[in-house]
Amino acid sequence: MSDATVNGAAPPAPRKDKVETPFQRFVSEFAESKIAVGGLIVFTAIALVAIFAPWIAPQDPYDLAQLDIMDGRQEPGTTGGAGFTFWLGTDDQGRDMMSGIMYGLRISLMVGAGSALIACVVGASLGLLAAYAGKKTDTVIMRLVDLQLSFPSILVALMILAFLGKGIMNVVIALVIVEWAYYARTVRGTALVERRREYIEAAQCLALPTYRILFRHLLPNCLPPLIVVATMQVARAIALEATLSFLGLGVPITEPSLGLLIANGYEYMLSGKYWISFYPGIALLITIVSINLVGDQLRDVLNPRLKK
Amino acid sequence: MAEPTLEVRNLRTHFFTRAGVVKAVDDVSFTVERGKVLGLVGESGSGKSVTGFSIIGLVDPPGRIAGGQILFKGRDLARISEEEMRSLRGNRIAMIFQDPMMTLNPVLRIDTQMIETVQAHRKCSNEEARQRARDTLGMVGIPSPDERLKSYPHQFSGGMRQRVAIAIALLHEPELIIADEPTTALDVTIQGQILAEVQKLAATTGTSLIWITHDLSVVAGLADDIAVMYAGRIVEKGAVSEVLDTPLHPYTAGLIGSVPSRNKRGEPLRQIPGMTPSLLNLPPGCAFRSRCPRAAEPCMAEPAMEQILPGREVRCFLPLTGTTEQAA
Amino acid sequence: MTVYLVRRLIQALFVVLAMSVIVFVGVFAIGDPVEILISPDADQIERERAVQALGLDLPLWHQYLVFLGNALQGDLGRSFVFNEPALKLILQRMPATLELAFGAMFLSILIGLPLGLYAGLRPNAPASKAIMAGSILGFSLPTFWVGLMLIMVFAVQLGWLPSTGRGDTGALFGLQWSFLTVDGLAHMAMPALNLALFKISLVIRLTRAGVRETMLMDYVKFARAKGLSPARVTFVHVFKNILIPVVTVVGLELGSTIAFSVVTESVFAWPGMGKLIIDSINVLDRPVIVAYLMIIVLMFITINLIVDLTYSMLDPRVRLETKGT
Repeated sequence: MSDATVNGAAPPAPRKDKVETPFQRFVSEFAESKIAVGGLIVFTAIALVAIFAPWIAPQDPYDLAQLDIMDGRQEPGTTGGAGFTFWLGTDDQGRDMMSGIMYGLRISLMVGAGSALIACVVGASLGLLAAYAGKKTDTVIMRLVDLQLSFPSILVALMILAFLGKGIMNVVIALVIVEWAYYARTVRGTALVERRREYIEAAQCLALPTYRILFRHLLPNCLPPLIVVATMQVARAIALEATLSFLGLGVPITEPSLGLLIANGYEYMLSGKYWISFYPGIALLITIVSINLVGDQLRDVLNPRLKK
Repeated sequence: MAEPTLEVRNLRTHFFTRAGVVKAVDDVSFTVERGKVLGLVGESGSGKSVTGFSIIGLVDPPGRIAGGQILFKGRDLARISEEEMRSLRGNRIAMIFQDPMMTLNPVLRIDTQMIETVQAHRKCSNEEARQRARDTLGMVGIPSPDERLKSYPHQFSGGMRQRVAIAIALLHEPELIIADEPTTALDVTIQGQILAEVQKLAATTGTSLIWITHDLSVVAGLADDIAVMYAGRIVEKGAVSEVLDTPLHPYTAGLIGSVPSRNKRGEPLRQIPGMTPSLLNLPPGCAFRSRCPRAAEPCMAEPAMEQILPGREVRCFLPLTGTTEQAA
Repeated sequence: MTVYLVRRLIQALFVVLAMSVIVFVGVFAIGDPVEILISPDADQIERERAVQALGLDLPLWHQYLVFLGNALQGDLGRSFVFNEPALKLILQRMPATLELAFGAMFLSILIGLPLGLYAGLRPNAPASKAIMAGSILGFSLPTFWVGLMLIMVFAVQLGWLPSTGRGDTGALFGLQWSFLTVDGLAHMAMPALNLALFKISLVIRLTRAGVRETMLMDYVKFARAKGLSPARVTFVHVFKNILIPVVTVVGLELGSTIAFSVVTESVFAWPGMGKLIIDSINVLDRPVIVAYLMIIVLMFITINLIVDLTYSMLDPRVRLETKGT
């Protein structure tokens, strides 16, 4: 991925006379926005940090043997008893904030991407079904979508977590329930347009099985808008998870995401120990903004109405 | 002869887009005498509307006037400040737009939209301005103007709205009105009424008119002179009667040939083959070359506007000189 | 129209009923209410007496019917924690939330409209690009973190504004309001701004899009062709056209503003409904949770109903305007 962006960033505008594969054109159009490429690079870096956190973090923040209460609430830049420097300070337990953030990113990204993926599968399937089956099925599914979208996401999530209680799985379930409707609406909208096209008629005339028409013919053509929505929803899911965790309804204290890290620092902020809340917040912010930058550009590139 | 109301010299209006420079208006010259009507004819995209907007100084970016002069009563409109231009707009030069459904602001009452125009150029009380608006509405044939002033645009029919737009253009008795296909969106009967109305007004007030249209039959009945535009350039101009009877440019001939009423019943309709070329990447030489039945070797070069008969100018190497022959 | 109204009302009623089942089952069927309701020191006999008194030995559907019957009489149960009727608790907190929500909506118009207007009129100016980048941030930033940062900067570092609470209140219509006192306004400033952040971005985007769309309209070009001053074209011809849809959308956002005040109230310890529900969820004060959810569902359904009805009433005029004749 990073290879393609490096190549794409070099030539300015794509020349029409050159033969390009659709993917090459996609890459070069995406690379037209420097800021989006920047977002992609930043996000890739963040994802790598999250994946390899156990290997690159200076400390395992959840191994109590490595923590020293004497290092608690140290300012950024101080060197602790274990001999390494706390570049981002420590929390009240003497945890290195940088390590905490790296581990927190793991949880945040996992919950965000995981819930977005499940919601995408559920929502896209229901959306396809609604568009293809039409009639009653369509009405029932879309009524449900409309009803749910008329309530703000935070309220739906709040309600579900009030029922289910805390826990990573419960947060994922809540996020899936919050998000599926966006995917369903998007896919149905595109699929309704696509299913009137000749190639679907042709597939039907060939008496191909329904699932084949749905997933091999209809779905690939609904992918562009789906990808855009999915990108944006990952960012939304991460933000929502952080909010829920901050409110104490999300992940448990043993598996702190960025949101919980921020909540933990809340009480210390009033006494001027800003770093416990501040740096996890910055990490969260950079993650969300970089995803949104990529998503914005994807929308511009993949939206056929905006094509020049 | 007195100074002409408007004299456009070598006007060039270009759009500087990311894909390249679009020469929407390229080296256009014409003159409109006092009280005369010039018909500016061409297909869509030929640059006739942009010419109109250039004169009134409303070319939106990325477009701008890249060269030439627009002499309005001796003053070059291409050189004056935006503030000076604004004091002329709607005052000495007025414009009427194509779609009457879109030209009046839907959320403002008619009186608001007329009074603001009066007061933009003349210091007067609301009551005086309203009086002026009422008189003008009456002039363009709108019954019970008092009631109508209090209405919103959506309470009017298309023809009525265009009359209101014309009334707004007439508020300050301008020297020049630019009418950009003002009757195209209307029913034929309404079109006829409005044409007759405008003709009468122009004759009585001495206002000059530039009538932009793609409809030759409108020009035939209304205009004194005609200028035919193709791909941003004027390809032929002259008196209406002469140009329509004996066109010199193959394109003009083709246009005339495509008017259904001029063909004999039962004969296949004549048409100009092909499409208007894209103004971006216009190939060198005569722009009409690829669609022209008379195209030949010399057309690879750029033809210039030349006077080949008294009062007749044409941009063609192989004009249909002196014959009544028409492009097949 | 009447038929439509009746049909929409029946639909709304059905949704309320369905939501009440979901909320009731969701809150009461999961986990054991006995655990929370009865002190762990209580002996077996005390337990059984309490279970009977609360009707917890009845089958779930029976419990639901009892709940529904009581709910219709305005009794949504008593809070375990405060030992007061849940409904009363929530209604007591409502003015604080409403005040905050309206304050936020007011701010979003006050800040969002001018910025959006500027960005729409000068799309290529550096300031416009900064405004649009800011609005992306406003959409992306988690509200609670911005709230924390506001506290950090204005309360802790600069010491300009108080960090938490409602401050002094003044009485109006028999209720206490913060916006009536200077101290109250100072307390309200940060929470309202925090809650408004998302709406400000929304208003900026809506206004900018509206301005850019309207600027391309023939009637704007015609207004310019009439020789009107740029100020008149902008503030009368363009502004009036975008004002109505923008204000409408902001009005429609009232419900979501109230819902999102949950976050802001928690950050700034603002004693509204949102803070109450979070505290209640954390201590599993179920009657309050149920009451809150029912009230907010009812509120949303009412808002949605009003929106739908308003649109259907506006529809003929809109149709008339676009089709003309």
